[in-house]
Amino acid sequence: MTRVLRVVDRPVVIAFGFIVVLLILGGMYNRQFLSGFYLLQQLRVASFLGIIASGAMVVILLGHIDLSIPWVVTIGGITATAVAGWWGPSWTALGVPVALACGALVGLANGFGVAFLRIPSMVFTLGMNAVVQGMVVMYTGGNAPPDKATPILQWLAVRDTLYVPNAVIVWASVGVLVIVALNRTPLGRYVYAIGNSERVTYLSGISTRTILIIAFVTSGAFSAFAGAMLAGYAGKAYQAMGDPYLLPAIAAVVLGGTSILGGRGTYLGTVAGVILITVLESILSVMQISDSVRQIIYGAMIIVMMLVYGRDRRADG
Amino acid sequence: MRLWFARNNGALFALFLFIAMFSVYVGKNGVGLRVGLVTAVADKGVLLALVAMAQTLPILTSGLDLSVGMIFVLTNCIASAILSGPLWLVAAGIVAVLLSGVACGAINGALVVYGRLQPIIATLATGAVYHGLALIVRPIPGGSMEPTLAKALTNQTLGVIPTTLVILLAVVLVVWVPFQLTTTGRGCYAIGSSESAAYMTGIAVRRSRLAAYMLAGLLAAIGGLLLTAMTLSGDASATGGGIYTLSSIAAVVIGGTSLMGGVGGAIGSIFGAFVLRAVSDLLFVFDIEPLVQPFIQGLILLGAVSLGAIRVLRAPNRLEFLGVGR
Repeated sequence: MTRVLRVVDRPVVIAFGFIVVLLILGGMYNRQFLSGFYLLQQLRVASFLGIIASGAMVVILLGHIDLSIPWVVTIGGITATAVAGWWGPSWTALGVPVALACGALVGLANGFGVAFLRIPSMVFTLGMNAVVQGMVVMYTGGNAPPDKATPILQWLAVRDTLYVPNAVIVWASVGVLVIVALNRTPLGRYVYAIGNSERVTYLSGISTRTILIIAFVTSGAFSAFAGAMLAGYAGKAYQAMGDPYLLPAIAAVVLGGTSILGGRGTYLGTVAGVILITVLESILSVMQISDSVRQIIYGAMIIVMMLVYGRDRRADG
Repeated sequence: MRLWFARNNGALFALFLFIAMFSVYVGKNGVGLRVGLVTAVADKGVLLALVAMAQTLPILTSGLDLSVGMIFVLTNCIASAILSGPLWLVAAGIVAVLLSGVACGAINGALVVYGRLQPIIATLATGAVYHGLALIVRPIPGGSMEPTLAKALTNQTLGVIPTTLVILLAVVLVVWVPFQLTTTGRGCYAIGSSESAAYMTGIAVRRSRLAAYMLAGLLAAIGGLLLTAMTLSGDASATGGGIYTLSSIAAVVIGGTSLMGGVGGAIGSIFGAFVLRAVSDLLFVFDIEPLVQPFIQGLILLGAVSLGAIRVLRAPNRLEFLGVGR
């Protein structure tokens, strides 16, 4: 029990508290919000953002940021569906591995730029985003490759196993992987260490470059994987399908108590952040609140939550 | 003199890059240095230049303004809604547009200074709020602007110089140069270099930081005003705002301002913005296949921001760029 209390820190408790409050408010508006079916559907929708946020979180823990998420998600969706067009329908099973490999490659390039060229991650990943976008346009513009979701992708994204959406199971597996890696392996310790001070970590004899590259590869692979699943969910892959996911992913990570400066944060918090954002968007859209007001509430919500627990302790008094 | 070069080599580099690209463009284009051509290039460049100048200030204080593109879009929408009618009303409207930009900046600044939020998160959230407000002002693209005002803002001065360039120059001379010379302006540089040292030497850290965000809002609003004059309409587009925000960061970096803060200036960002715009023009005159253009544009963007990596090869000791222990 004490162990549990030690792991669950204040931001996580507050974030989960906000989720409960939101659901109760939603339930007062419409009983449907409290039904098991609705909650499972929310988890399914949340799992795509959750997988993206998992990768984004690892990078943010290092004190870096990955702005190439939008087009890595897109390239993941597009390659996962296009494999059938390249090598014939019998190769569709390779869709997800190919998407993962593409995402990992982009992540490798990001990691190289940040770890070896020492370019601030914010601008290098921004540039990579533009490059990947260019590649997608170049590839899909002239000849339209197949973009229909393959059965495997649909199985991953919209089917259930024993009433539990497969997407949620996938997210849970990714989550366990990240939790174990962050808390039970030296790699995870080094990630937190670099987030606190890369200089000191380097001086302790740890190859910080390797860690940086692994983190960016993880983020790229997860984003591309989520893109493949999104293609399954939407029934097809399309240009710019990843654009609406960058800011919510960062917001989810930060709302979950991870410091944007790196070094502090728990995966449970990210889970809370992802669910919080998904539920908020869902309730606002069910209540048929116009997009304009929804944006304002969304922004105001982040500000309020951060004012409650995200203030940094600065010296300027 | 050497110090001056050392401090401004980023901006100078961007300037030379732009001159080189622009000469190639004019040479390749075939129509020569026509007024219309220069105006077209200037119009496209000036918008991004203003947003990039806006972005420079928070970055100098080692912050960031992710809402700058949305302030640009919001002021564009406001301008398209109120800038028509008799002269006095239009004049009041211009003031209102600029003030709304300042207000947006003040909110950002207040959240960062008094709310003690990380700039990247605070402006991410306010960006969503400003987008929502823009959508309320203009749910669908449209609106208008007093034609005489729009003409006056987009024509040529003295028949040759694009008015937008004159406005940009005026903004530099009236806003940026004086600001840089004030204690508040120098405070922004000081905060970026070392906040605790700035605080201990008695620099008004809060006031400087707040001023940086407010001025960013003002500059973005001037950009929004010019955009309205060029398009004669307002458009609350999320993608438009996002692209301007991201391009402004790239322009600032190309212009030699450090993302760590404390080094650089708005002049470099202007040239950085023009370089970014010149890239797409160049690809056009070189007859590159349209489908390949975005890819090459991306590569050039990546290459331009990576130029900072040269310093890695010169560094005598790896520790130099590992950052100071927090």
